[in-house]
Amino acid sequence: MAKTEPKGKKKIKDEENSSLKGTLVSVLFLGIFVIVTWVSVYFLFLNRF
Amino acid sequence: MHIHKYEKIWLAFGLASLIVFLTVIGISAFYLGNKPPSCLTTINPEKVDQTVPFNHPGLHKVEGKEWDYELVYVAQTFSYTPAEVKIPLGAKVKVIATTKDVVHGFEVAGTNINMMLEPGYVSEYVTTFNKEGEYLLLCNEYCGTGHHLMSSKIEVVK
Amino acid sequence: MLSTTSQVKVDPRDAKLSMAHFYVAFIALAIGGLMGLLQTLVRSGKFELPGGIGYYEILTVHGVLLGLVLTTFFIMGFQHAAVSRTAGTHSNAARRTGWIGFWVMTIGTTMAATMILMNKATVLYTFYAPLQAHWIFYAGLTFVVVGSWIDGAAQIMTYAKWRKANPGKPGPLLSFMAVVNTVLWFVCSLGVAAEVLFQLLPWSLGLVDRVNVLESRTLFWYFGHPLVYFWLLPAYMCWYAVIPKIIGGKIFSDSLARLSFLLFLLFSIPVGFHHQLTEPGIDPAWKFFQVILTFLVVIPSLMTAFSMFATFESAGRAKGAEGLFGWIKKLPWGDARFTVPFIGMAAFIPAGAGGIVNASNQMDQVVHNTIWITGHFHLTLATSVVLTFFGISYWLIPHLTGRKLSKAMNKLAIIQAWVWLTGMTFMSGSMHAEGLLGAPRRSAFSLYNGAKQAAEWIPYQIAQAIGGSILFLGIILVLIIFVNLAFFAPKGEEEFPVGETDPNAEKTPMVLENWKLWIGLTIILILFAYTIPFIDIIRDAPLGSKGFKTW
Repeated sequence: MAKTEPKGKKKIKDEENSSLKGTLVSVLFLGIFVIVTWVSVYFLFLNRF
Repeated sequence: MHIHKYEKIWLAFGLASLIVFLTVIGISAFYLGNKPPSCLTTINPEKVDQTVPFNHPGLHKVEGKEWDYELVYVAQTFSYTPAEVKIPLGAKVKVIATTKDVVHGFEVAGTNINMMLEPGYVSEYVTTFNKEGEYLLLCNEYCGTGHHLMSSKIEVVK
Repeated sequence: MLSTTSQVKVDPRDAKLSMAHFYVAFIALAIGGLMGLLQTLVRSGKFELPGGIGYYEILTVHGVLLGLVLTTFFIMGFQHAAVSRTAGTHSNAARRTGWIGFWVMTIGTTMAATMILMNKATVLYTFYAPLQAHWIFYAGLTFVVVGSWIDGAAQIMTYAKWRKANPGKPGPLLSFMAVVNTVLWFVCSLGVAAEVLFQLLPWSLGLVDRVNVLESRTLFWYFGHPLVYFWLLPAYMCWYAVIPKIIGGKIFSDSLARLSFLLFLLFSIPVGFHHQLTEPGIDPAWKFFQVILTFLVVIPSLMTAFSMFATFESAGRAKGAEGLFGWIKKLPWGDARFTVPFIGMAAFIPAGAGGIVNASNQMDQVVHNTIWITGHFHLTLATSVVLTFFGISYWLIPHLTGRKLSKAMNKLAIIQAWVWLTGMTFMSGSMHAEGLLGAPRRSAFSLYNGAKQAAEWIPYQIAQAIGGSILFLGIILVLIIFVNLAFFAPKGEEEFPVGETDPNAEKTPMVLENWKLWIGLTIILILFAYTIPFIDIIRDAPLGSKGFKTW
């Protein structure tokens, strides 16, 4: 099976912030998903007796 | 310990969300009275039928209390007493229930009335039945072979 | 981080010990999975069990085998291998200890299983009093727990040996994580041990007449929530410390990985009341206090989410990925060792969101004991954790048996994971939806006297049966792969991937190895969260309950 060897030899130097932009955006999406879920069930709670 | 700037932003965002959630439910519970059912009254589980108010299960009009009615249930394997009840729309009701044998659930499907019944304890919940319709009261805690047959009917009528 | 005692290959004697655990785990998966299929079929209303077999009996088998047996055996097997690989081969004494633990657990499992099959213990895997099972069932469970303690002790012995040989150095990451999980397990299973030994066993033997029901439930849930973290942490071990190697990247931060594990140790135990939010007899202020602590246990999972994305993004960028999301394409999607656990990680997003809802105090009234809860833990345990366990097996089993994961099996493993995700989307998705409508969990098919509400639930139950059938196909596939890797795959060397930190990463602070500090804090938090309400529960207890056999 395929062992994962880095294909491109060109290594980009870790630039503190620019290199993790995708991560930040991803986790923020995740956070928004959590908030939407929570708020929906909270409104269900409010609307029921 | 080094924490990446973006991780700090993320953790701050996450923590802030959690604090908002907790504040909302905390205020709702302790200032607006929406605590989950947590009645501390105990009862002799072997003398339920002789104990007030469980000696008269059913809907009772009450005077001079914060609620208009008391709805008393006795649960046992695999039924609730009463098996059917009609509640006037908009009535503020204190639901009072206990079990004579094992642990049962007490859930009115599609509402927030959802509490555990445990032998020796009384469970209570106050709510206003403000939506007309037919509601299914069912046992949502496994209690034996007939668990899924354990139910009762609540009609909220005009 | 690699030390001289670290082995590239797990010693064959330790491999045998691990494999013994995995045989039991996968047998449990086969039988438990079949029971799950039957349950979803029964609840669709289109199928009845033959020969008068009870729905709740197979439900008990399903829960005990998959929730307790599969998990505990797999975790102990994996942790033995991880410790042996990273902290060095077990000493003879440690290995013997491990075998004793294995056999004690196996005997216990057999005892409990026999009672369940004889219909003497149809009490589900939570065995709530005053339902009273045969005493052999409780004794069997005791053996499983005590056996796991002995098993865990072997891992701690080997870790302690490494620490002694490498003074002033933090232990290897994987071993450290295994030990945190074992300590978590020791501390939390004391609760269920107390419940069984002091309450249920004497009561089922007829030595005492009555049992304090609320006390037994409180002890159970003191154990029951950290139990789910005991399942989750081995998956996190793979995510933090194995996946980076597989994708050709580095561990994002060794220190933060350790810190998140320690936070789980601290905050996963004093939170049991969030399973008892709708129960009488517990003060609402104490419930809310434990709700706050429950929210704190979200933090290490937030950290984990960031670490995972960061590992992926860094690895992708090191391979030349560009743009905001270019790194996604650089991930090794054709490698089952990555893709299978990755699907598990993705499932943890809705799983975690649902978990926060469940823990939100009065909001629990919307979902408590509805089938939403079943949907929830089929995402956490039965997707995130189990798919990660499968992903681990695909390299660990051949590593231990001296074989190789072939191209065909790798492909089948990836198909298996997508089949699993599809089945679970149907099943767990419809469980969540049906639960919000109020349908109960742990219930056989019922029309509820012709209630209109119950009629609306049936389509969801049919969707669950479809999902359950797809999932069972997934179980058949994973069993095929397991048998292949254990007995038939081509001989060869399969790597046990262990992630490495960046060579110029900062040193791991030794405070993270201060076990006295972390265990001390754990105990303080537990005492703080439980002492007063527990005293209240005992002091204000009503007359206890005699045993009931209602099945």
